[in-house]
Amino acid sequence: MTFDLSLLKDGGISWLDASGPDSAVVLSTRVRLARNIQGYAFTVRTQEEDRTEILAQVLEATQQSNQLAEAMTFRLTELDHAERQLLHERHLVSKELAGLETGKSMRSDAAVITDGHVGVMVNEEDHIRLQVLRSGFSLTEAYSDLERLDADLGTRLSFAFHPEFGYLTSCPTNAGTGLRASVLIHLPGLVLTKEIAKVLQGLSQVGLTFRGLYGEGSEVVGNFFQLSNQTTLGKSEEELLDHLAKIVRQVVAYEREAREVLQRDAASVIADKVWRAYGLLRYARSLSFDETMNLLSGVRLGVGLNLVPNLSVYTLNKLLIFTQSAHLADADGQSLSERDYSIPRASYVRQQLEADEARSSS
Amino acid sequence: MLCDNCKEREAAVHLQQVKDNSVSSLHLCQQCAAEKGIEAGVGAAKFPLSDFLASMGKGPALPGAKDVSDQACEFCGATLKDFQDTGRLGCPRCYDVFETQLRDLLRRLHGSSHHVGEPYLSAEVGDADEKHAQISDLRNKLRQAIETENFELAAELRDRLRTLE
Repeated sequence: MTFDLSLLKDGGISWLDASGPDSAVVLSTRVRLARNIQGYAFTVRTQEEDRTEILAQVLEATQQSNQLAEAMTFRLTELDHAERQLLHERHLVSKELAGLETGKSMRSDAAVITDGHVGVMVNEEDHIRLQVLRSGFSLTEAYSDLERLDADLGTRLSFAFHPEFGYLTSCPTNAGTGLRASVLIHLPGLVLTKEIAKVLQGLSQVGLTFRGLYGEGSEVVGNFFQLSNQTTLGKSEEELLDHLAKIVRQVVAYEREAREVLQRDAASVIADKVWRAYGLLRYARSLSFDETMNLLSGVRLGVGLNLVPNLSVYTLNKLLIFTQSAHLADADGQSLSERDYSIPRASYVRQQLEADEARSSS
Repeated sequence: MLCDNCKEREAAVHLQQVKDNSVSSLHLCQQCAAEKGIEAGVGAAKFPLSDFLASMGKGPALPGAKDVSDQACEFCGATLKDFQDTGRLGCPRCYDVFETQLRDLLRRLHGSSHHVGEPYLSAEVGDADEKHAQISDLRNKLRQAIETENFELAAELRDRLRTLE
């Protein structure tokens, strides 16, 4: 590994620390703005020279930004596959920018400037994707950080803007505000009470959409859903955020109700499910990623219901990220290979759970 | 991302199916989605982008509408056909070149084509003459819209005039 992400501010994982509002149910909040620089074609039609110029302009602008004073710059073309995958697993770059999409090659001058909390992706589908990640349910705070960065960079760069259509983006689904806000939410109660289908179907009727853990095109695993706004034009940023916040609050309330129902009507079944999951994570010697995600979901539900006293939400959040292949390879000091990470994964999970048990009993 | 079906073309239609409380995903390109009849089954409201892309170039042209299927953006050279294939526009200028088509698409996608969010300050009309020119241009367009009974457009132009004035 040519870099050490733990050198980022707060180890680069402050969004995982479970300090934000509603963090037992809402893992994190991400808000991004899509921007393009005037005078260039959109990324897919740019030439290599254009991308070099765009990156140079963005770097110059971000170096003057107070918000990015402690940020690290990663030029993705200079990183190997394992390093790029690590950044992606950490939610710092999109799969596309990291060149991890099958059948696609790396785009020259693809880069990300990030301190783990605030980041700027360069030469993504749009020239610039600004993003802020925060712990728990904190749309307003996340957007406020983002708005400041956007205003700052907007004075140093010349963004493509149309008086009627707003900020212009490569895909018309992002035009206008360029804003996509998403809330990563854990909904095991709704899944177990079989209410989830109704809730998800309802989302599209109110202009929202849901995705898996890694955003567009990713699968839903471990009962984690990313809820986000579908439209970006015709409403102000505040309206879009308020609307999403209102619906997320409703979904959180449904989830809590579902958990109460489970506690009331099926307490022993739930307790058994939670402790079986805990037992497997605590003692298994081989765990696949999907199995880990599903077991973590059960244990997380147990922590939310106060059934598992010795475990913090922070540890659970860390396990979601650090049990992925590139993270395990990095921890091992080995290069990522096609090998199976089931055994190191199980060992890492055991250590973490054991450490939490020791902490709480001391 | 490649199409799950043909594994050749770029996926443009992303489906999340909720069935018996489990969620499965399917990613298809325009062509495979059309072959599977997904557009017909789901309707325009749900996938306006793919629906719009698939319907482009089909059906009778609107009376008075310019045929733009061969027209290329003078800045980046992209055509509507390119947009149809990739779902991505070529450059900011494309929004002016294909303004009519895009306004229609943006309305279908977002329910409106009029940005009401944060204005971009550096792009704001500072010059009084330029603002004056914009107002008179909008007035002309408004008159034309009323004459051609395009009331939806007229309402929008009226709103834009109000903001400017």
